[in-house]
Amino acid sequence: MDINYLIISFVFLPLAGCLLLLFFNEKAETLIANTALYAVGLTFFSLLAFVVYWGLSEKFIPLNIKELVLYESESYIFLIDFYMDFAAVTYLLVGAFLTFLIIRYSHYYMHLEPGYKRFFTVILFFYTSYNFTVLAGNFETLFAGWEMLGISSFLLVSFYRERYLPVRNAVKVFSIYRIGDVGIILAMWASHHFWHENITFSRLSDTAFVNEHIAQHNLEALFIAICILVAASAKSAQFPFSSWVARAMEGPTPSSAIFYGSLSIHFGVYLLIRTMPFWEQQTIARILIGAVGLITAIVGYQTARVQPTIKTQIAYASVAQIGLMFIEIALGFKTLALLHLVGNAFLRTYQLLVSPSVVSYLIREQFYHFVKRNDHQAFIFGKKFHYALYLLSLREFYLDFLMTSYIFRPFKKIGSQLNFITYRNVFFYFVPSYLLGWVFWFYKSALPLALLPFIPIGLGLIALLVIMRAFSERRYPVHAWLLVILGHFWIALAVIYNETFTAKELIWYLSGVVLSGFFGWLCLVYLRKRESPYFNLYQYQGHSKEYPYLTWVFLACNLGLMGFPITTTFIGEDLIFGHVHQEQLVLAFCLASSYVIGGIALIRIFARLFLGIHAKTHQEAPLQSF
Amino acid sequence: MKNNASSLAFSEEQALSNLHRFLPKQNPLKDFIYQNTLASFESEPFHKALEHASTLFGYKTYMHIEEYRELYDQGRIKPDMLRRSIRAYTGKSNVEELESHLLHQKYLAEFKPRLGQLYQLWTTKYLYNLAKRVHSLLFRFVSSYIDQGVAMRKFPLTDGSFIEAVRELEAHSGWFGMLSSKRAKTLLQDKDKTLADLLHILVGDEAYYEQYLIDQQFGHPGWSGMVAVLEKNPSSLLDRREISLRDFIFFELLMEINALDQHFGEGKWQPLASVIPEANIKPFFAPIEHQIFFEALAIWQEAYEWSFFDQVLFGLTQPLPPQNFDPSSHRYDFQGIFCIDERECSLRRYVEEMANAQTFGAAGFFNVAFYFQPKDSKFLAKSCPPPVTPIHVVRETYAPEHHHKRDTHFSQESKNLVYGWAISHAMGWLSAIRLAVNIFKPTETPALVSSFKHMDKESRIQFENRKLEESKDGLKLGFTIAEMADRMETLLKCIGLTRNFAPIVYIIGHGASNVNNPHYTAYGCGACSGQTGSVNARVAAAMANKPEVRAILAQRGVVIPDSTEFVGALHDTTRDEMEFYDDEYLDDINSKAHQQHQKILAKALAYNAKERSRRFLLMNSNRSPEAIHEDVKLRSLSLFEPRSEWDHASNAMCIVARRRTTKHLFLDRRSFLHSYDFEQDPKGTYLLAILRAVVPVCGGINLQYYFSANDQYRFGAGSKLPHNVIGLVGVANGIDGDLRTGLPQQALDIHEPLRLMLVVEHYPELVLDLLKQDMPIRDLMGRAWLHFVVVDPRDRRVYQYGSDYEWHEYLPLTTSLPVTNDLASLTASSSESLPVYWIETKKQETARPS
Repeated sequence: MDINYLIISFVFLPLAGCLLLLFFNEKAETLIANTALYAVGLTFFSLLAFVVYWGLSEKFIPLNIKELVLYESESYIFLIDFYMDFAAVTYLLVGAFLTFLIIRYSHYYMHLEPGYKRFFTVILFFYTSYNFTVLAGNFETLFAGWEMLGISSFLLVSFYRERYLPVRNAVKVFSIYRIGDVGIILAMWASHHFWHENITFSRLSDTAFVNEHIAQHNLEALFIAICILVAASAKSAQFPFSSWVARAMEGPTPSSAIFYGSLSIHFGVYLLIRTMPFWEQQTIARILIGAVGLITAIVGYQTARVQPTIKTQIAYASVAQIGLMFIEIALGFKTLALLHLVGNAFLRTYQLLVSPSVVSYLIREQFYHFVKRNDHQAFIFGKKFHYALYLLSLREFYLDFLMTSYIFRPFKKIGSQLNFITYRNVFFYFVPSYLLGWVFWFYKSALPLALLPFIPIGLGLIALLVIMRAFSERRYPVHAWLLVILGHFWIALAVIYNETFTAKELIWYLSGVVLSGFFGWLCLVYLRKRESPYFNLYQYQGHSKEYPYLTWVFLACNLGLMGFPITTTFIGEDLIFGHVHQEQLVLAFCLASSYVIGGIALIRIFARLFLGIHAKTHQEAPLQSF
Repeated sequence: MKNNASSLAFSEEQALSNLHRFLPKQNPLKDFIYQNTLASFESEPFHKALEHASTLFGYKTYMHIEEYRELYDQGRIKPDMLRRSIRAYTGKSNVEELESHLLHQKYLAEFKPRLGQLYQLWTTKYLYNLAKRVHSLLFRFVSSYIDQGVAMRKFPLTDGSFIEAVRELEAHSGWFGMLSSKRAKTLLQDKDKTLADLLHILVGDEAYYEQYLIDQQFGHPGWSGMVAVLEKNPSSLLDRREISLRDFIFFELLMEINALDQHFGEGKWQPLASVIPEANIKPFFAPIEHQIFFEALAIWQEAYEWSFFDQVLFGLTQPLPPQNFDPSSHRYDFQGIFCIDERECSLRRYVEEMANAQTFGAAGFFNVAFYFQPKDSKFLAKSCPPPVTPIHVVRETYAPEHHHKRDTHFSQESKNLVYGWAISHAMGWLSAIRLAVNIFKPTETPALVSSFKHMDKESRIQFENRKLEESKDGLKLGFTIAEMADRMETLLKCIGLTRNFAPIVYIIGHGASNVNNPHYTAYGCGACSGQTGSVNARVAAAMANKPEVRAILAQRGVVIPDSTEFVGALHDTTRDEMEFYDDEYLDDINSKAHQQHQKILAKALAYNAKERSRRFLLMNSNRSPEAIHEDVKLRSLSLFEPRSEWDHASNAMCIVARRRTTKHLFLDRRSFLHSYDFEQDPKGTYLLAILRAVVPVCGGINLQYYFSANDQYRFGAGSKLPHNVIGLVGVANGIDGDLRTGLPQQALDIHEPLRLMLVVEHYPELVLDLLKQDMPIRDLMGRAWLHFVVVDPRDRRVYQYGSDYEWHEYLPLTTSLPVTNDLASLTASSSESLPVYWIETKKQETARPS
């Protein structure tokens, strides 16, 4: 038997299960849970079979499998590539084991819960993305999995979609994930230029090859390493991104346990292990990774010890341990870090699952062992330091506040300065100027040469501004939607100035945008017609209550427009970056920011319109503070 | 609209007392007490109160009208009962028009509640989400102060009051203080500032101060309610805190000023009064306009309730099946005194069926009220109904093993940096194995709350006060002989067990076992303040065994033969297991008999488990009782089982009568059963005592279920699956949410929200006189917060207590009950709630209803 098939099955079995669930009746609980259980159980089984086979026949030598070429031209190839080594197998085994247990657990735990089917579908989708990401053999594949993880996380945090806090926090978590995505996108872009080929992770294990490149391009190598570190920190809730993980504890306890206690949260560590051969030789990168780990360990520990809620405490304790893993990795103890993460994953999963028991347990402890504490002990560093540290830790070192006020608010502020871009003048200014852009491109040879390098940057900036405007739009959802589409078009225009961007590539990029943009627009127009008093972005409208199917259709369009790997735009995005030159860091940054901000703007439209407290019912509606 | 409140001046005292009145009064988790969620509206008749509360606060107080219609289509609400309810409610005889409205009309109701009109102006007029800025931080500060042991590093100052701690902390924390606006900081330190001073900055117009406070506090009723409870009852925390609603509000107002200053700039925003005139605010407490929609709901609810109760009352009006033995001389093998709890209803039926035994029901503290102090404990646990304040302590003097097993998973070290590292490596794998084991074969862990651990079988307790001078905390250590005799006399006379004693009388308390359940105290014995009833049962049995006590009882007409022995026992309602206390002291004959009884009881418990299993949807009920029993036991150990048992979910009525009156009716575990023999209490002295105990406890349970089930968002705690434990005092969703009060969804899935029907068997005229001695209970019944019915034992007619405080004869619409002689297959046949059946046993061939 070809071992490839076995490896593919790790992704396809859960995916098949996930798709199968869509056809089941919401009420058929046992059928749903058992299908999920079999899907994961079979994966677990085939994984074990693989490990035995691989160990016996190949002595655990890493495998690289080029699975599928999705796009190919002379200069560029996009392929799904899988890579299997010891770290991957560890992750796969832990993932399969815990997911299997959690599904079994949830069969009973979720009994009678509205959204039973949705829960299992999303868990399987998550598990698919998990395996896909773990197996990723190149950045492109990894990025696809990375995006899927982000959206499954969004869906699980907002599982109780009729309430305010889960939805708000889901958007928060998604936003921070998106920041991590900038890291990956830029790392992808820089490595295109760095290696001059579509680099696979297996190539990275060729030390001589890697060292040679690094020696030549020292600074670029460091840039890539930092991008990777940003992505890893965001995913693993390291400093300064730590605050999201506690806020993600909004779903049912088992999903929190599997996601934020164990599997999802360790992906930053995985990314670092995966790319270790690359940054291992760079002392500065190692110092940075170690520093992030150290700061997180301290911040996480201080935060964990003062929190009065059990799930926050476990979340930060876990984050602090991952900080230690970063240090271990920076020091080069890869195996130790792997062991550590397995232990941590199991421990935190269990701790989260038994967290409701803490009441009876600790009250009993208090009942038998209570000692009245003396408030007036002497403080080693003085009272002021003690109090300040306490308050600082209680407020999570202001990390949540810093994220919103220094990263997202500036974008929103700039966007709202652009209020002159309204529904109507889009047609008066932007469409004509956009067409003008094409006309100029046609006569590119006539333009002054000195001007040429600035045009793509200028256009990229316009794209970013348009997207920021969409991000800050509060009244008209359709407007925001169209602005995002427009942003994509400006990006396309910016890149074609760079060099020969073939029509084929353009179609790859824009076809997904147009298709999902159009259907999404239809959804919005339909909804506006039906629910005009409840059609704005000032507050959550909660239309999923009355339009469950439209919710899913719009979500799909939303993802398509976001460049999620369901349309050609996903590959198109990569193509676009392939055409950004090495020295065009500003342009790359503009485009990357547009993807991030655009993604957040889109998920915000979705969340505000379809999720949250239903704006139409006043009775039997949850309070905002729930 | 002219605001008629504008002439009113703001009184801080008045506003705080109103808030105290309306805020939810839920204790910290360690003692969950059932109570009427809308107790603050009890001065009004039920339906009026519900409409009133709904209009003010936006509560949903009835089921959806569509749900009633669905029940109608299923035949659960009977058409003739609907018509009768319409007639009763409207007083008109022409019902067709209203009936068709009820069935088909789409009601347009104005649901916009009074609550929130002012507070929402921040969002709509200032375009600023103030709650988002303030709530999560406020909750975090107050929960850290109250925290009972979750945080490893505690709030630095818990000696003084909340506001003093905040002042001290704020003054000495430099840049990292809780407030950042200078104005807010100065206001905080100024001890002379009143709420009115702060409200002047925020609201500006005195007429709206109180309404603003209501809006603000009911934006997070969970925390406000918790603070209000802790203010009134600081002893509900083991590690006490001094916090008042006033201080909490003061701090919240400051945080609001702080947030607004930060957002708009200090002094650069106008108080709410500047936008109020254009907002058309309705004064909060202004009289409400009656809406026709609520009339429809009230009629539906009445029809729903009486469609079920009608069957019961029909059953009660039928002649009692004749007994084929002489009750005054019949020798039973044993007698059992159970708790009135409706969960014991089916077990008693099986015991009576399987043995030559008689059962009784009494409030589960068995008339001995005390604080229990387990060995080595630092605190006392109240073991009697919540309204009673005990004056005695019962101490555990010896316990075979230490009560408390440790588990590193809950330890604080595991969240430490270095230990955490070591524990991840060392324990991580162990956790994985534990998890796998628990999922496939649940076993006992230290996380388990077990009723059997409340007091060990081997332990010794001291309940007797030999030397009167012994006392502690102003409490008496143990009971004197005279006190014991008083308590036993009342217990036995209340239930009518004064003669014809069997050789063994079991007194059986109850408790529950579960894991992963923050609401564990809601599953215990309601008459023991949520504790397990084992100590009360054991103490009561020991008292009744004392020769000195028996001597006094004999003088008072209760002669207990020397051959009769009492045995205390515990029934675990989750696991359906029993444990007996001090049974090693039984004499030889009784000891042998006891062995036999244990076998019978074990069989009864297995059958009881089988009957219960029909309502556990994922369980197959068509198996042998023993096999099902094993599965039922596992529920108490399974981490993944949020419904270890159904608790009081099936409660609907309470019957105070001889067992003979109900024995032949299948009530499907829906009735609290209190034994009471009217013949032995001609003056009704004991009846009044029973009503005083039963009405608050059973009524509280019933109404807590009623409201939690009807509004899971405001009254109930919502799904427990995302719950996060906050400071050991409450649960919230996620990390930023408000505390959730009431019962979680998982306790309510099978609950049918009916008001309690209290049935008493006695002479109506006597009961009417009795009620005059207790106005609160009388008012509660007259205002229909529970239905009160009396069965006249002379002619078996039933009378319903009306809003005019008089009896009205109730004529059942039901004309016959379905008959069964095979309960086992009946109960296995359906997972829904069943109608009332007439049980035909082999002994009662002749008793067949018309």
